[in-house]
Amino acid sequence: MRAKTKQHMFWLAIVVGAASSFTASLVWAQSATSSDPVSQYRAMFGDDNPADLWVMRGKDLWQKPRGPKNVALAKTCDLGMGTGVIKGAYAHMPRYFADTNKVQDLETRLLTCMVRDQGLDKAAILKNRFGDGDRKSDLEALSAYVVGASKGVPISLPMSHPQEKRAYAMGKALFYYRAGTHDFSCASCHGQSGKRIRLQQLPDLATANPEAQKTYTTWPAYRVSQGEVRTMEWRLGSCFRQMRFPKLKYGSEVAIDLTMFLAKNAEGGKMAAPGLKR
Amino acid sequence: MHTLTRLVILLAAMPLASAAVAQTHNANRNAEALAAMKASFEPHGQAGMDRLDQDKTQALCSAYAPHAPPARLAAKLLTANRDSVKYPADGKYLGDWKRGQAIAEEGTGKQYSDDPSKPSGGNCYACHQLDKQQIAYGTIGPSLYHYGKDRGRSEAMLKLTWSRVYDMKGYSLCSAMPRFGSKGILTEQQLKDVMALLFDPDSPVNK
Ligand code: HEC
Ligand code: HEC
Repeated sequence: MRAKTKQHMFWLAIVVGAASSFTASLVWAQSATSSDPVSQYRAMFGDDNPADLWVMRGKDLWQKPRGPKNVALAKTCDLGMGTGVIKGAYAHMPRYFADTNKVQDLETRLLTCMVRDQGLDKAAILKNRFGDGDRKSDLEALSAYVVGASKGVPISLPMSHPQEKRAYAMGKALFYYRAGTHDFSCASCHGQSGKRIRLQQLPDLATANPEAQKTYTTWPAYRVSQGEVRTMEWRLGSCFRQMRFPKLKYGSEVAIDLTMFLAKNAEGGKMAAPGLKR
Repeated sequence: MHTLTRLVILLAAMPLASAAVAQTHNANRNAEALAAMKASFEPHGQAGMDRLDQDKTQALCSAYAPHAPPARLAAKLLTANRDSVKYPADGKYLGDWKRGQAIAEEGTGKQYSDDPSKPSGGNCYACHQLDKQQIAYGTIGPSLYHYGKDRGRSEAMLKLTWSRVYDMKGYSLCSAMPRFGSKGILTEQQLKDVMALLFDPDSPVNK
């Protein structure tokens, strides 16, 4: 654990300055012409994924009684597989939950449990939805832990409730929705295989295919350039910023519907998250 | 005979009816997506909620994606987009290729995280190869290496290229390329500088 923190800090020092903005990522792509940072990272540390630190913290957050109601999520939270069950849960989400009468992704479901069952303050949790160094995100840690329990489980969505079918259909429409100053839709960059922006390969996420599987099954992921574990909510928000859209609200309908579309296109792929990304 | 006539009319009407159904369905798709978007985003920095509203080109391309819209519907918009191009007031198409190169390298501009008082970049390298030195180029668009060298610098070629960079949707309605002039991403001077990058004999594009 201590060795890992040290490695982590060492890496952070290396990537300092690589910020999240699109230009920064382009500059980054440029400076790493010989080999990408992820393979450099692997060369230094093997398959050791710093996300393990998030997994450990997430395990604590899941198992220990917390909040004004002093209960453990492990005792109350149903992620679709039964109360407290995390094995395979992520591989079957987003899905419809009768108690909220909504289709939810992992992040919003965790929020429901933390607020309703533990009595925690929603605004306070959301304030730290994206961790930044010492400011840790409980949602990112919990996601890393829960998703790790789906390793090797093939993605398959229930897709039986009308709201689930609607979420998928909406996700597809949203994927192709062009707007903004640059006319971008998701399909502008992820509509075909074999293209890249600068040096970054763009996976084809428009149809059910092996690339879509490989992409989806490796999220949430430790982002080397940010030194944080990020979830799909973050990834989508970041792509929308690059599309010049306004700010995507966390846990919004658009985020969940698009996640449903991406997950459906990844069906059959075996979960391998938390992954390791640029 | 009577039945036959009815059958003929029915058969003749069928494609029309199904096209009409497909169209309303597609229009609904955009309207529903927009409603979901309005509920799912918040204005931030320079990016207001109006960024979510579609113009006619965006709406038509979205409605039929991943397929191309019917040529009949596309034709009118292609003409309108081409007619909207503003050519340089002083008739000069070419600025400074060095400034053009910086604009082509720059990826910021118009994002909610960007400073609106700073000029936007064109980010041409994100999608195009432009010269031999910069190997970190994208491949969404075709290579523009030797663009001017191969095509020459006739008035007609300058005008054609200007109008494409200004509004590619006048030529290819659902192109992935942003409309740098029509959407106010680049200023007239910036467009001239980028043009010089494409055409100047000293520009690395033509080396
Ligand atoms: C202007 C180009 C562009 C648009 C439009 C865009 N993306 Fe991306 N997307 C990227 C780039 C570049 C990356 C890789 C970034 C990185 O590695 O940091 C990426 C990464 C991703 C990833 C992770 C890929 C992986 O290998 O792990 C997903 C998932 C994704 N985008 C989904 C979307 C969705 C959904 C939309 C629409 C809401 C969208 N993107 C719109 C450029 C774009
Ligand atoms: C997001 C992707 C993207 C960006 C950014 C982009 N382009 Fe393009 N460009 C394309 C695509 C795709 C085409 C192919 C035309 C089509 O869509 O039919 C193209 C075509 C062109 C052509 C016509 C090529 C020919 O042989 O006729 C020119 C000229 C051009 N781009 C210049 C530029 C310049 C200059 C910039 C930056 C200011 C730029 N592009 C930025 C995607 C892009």
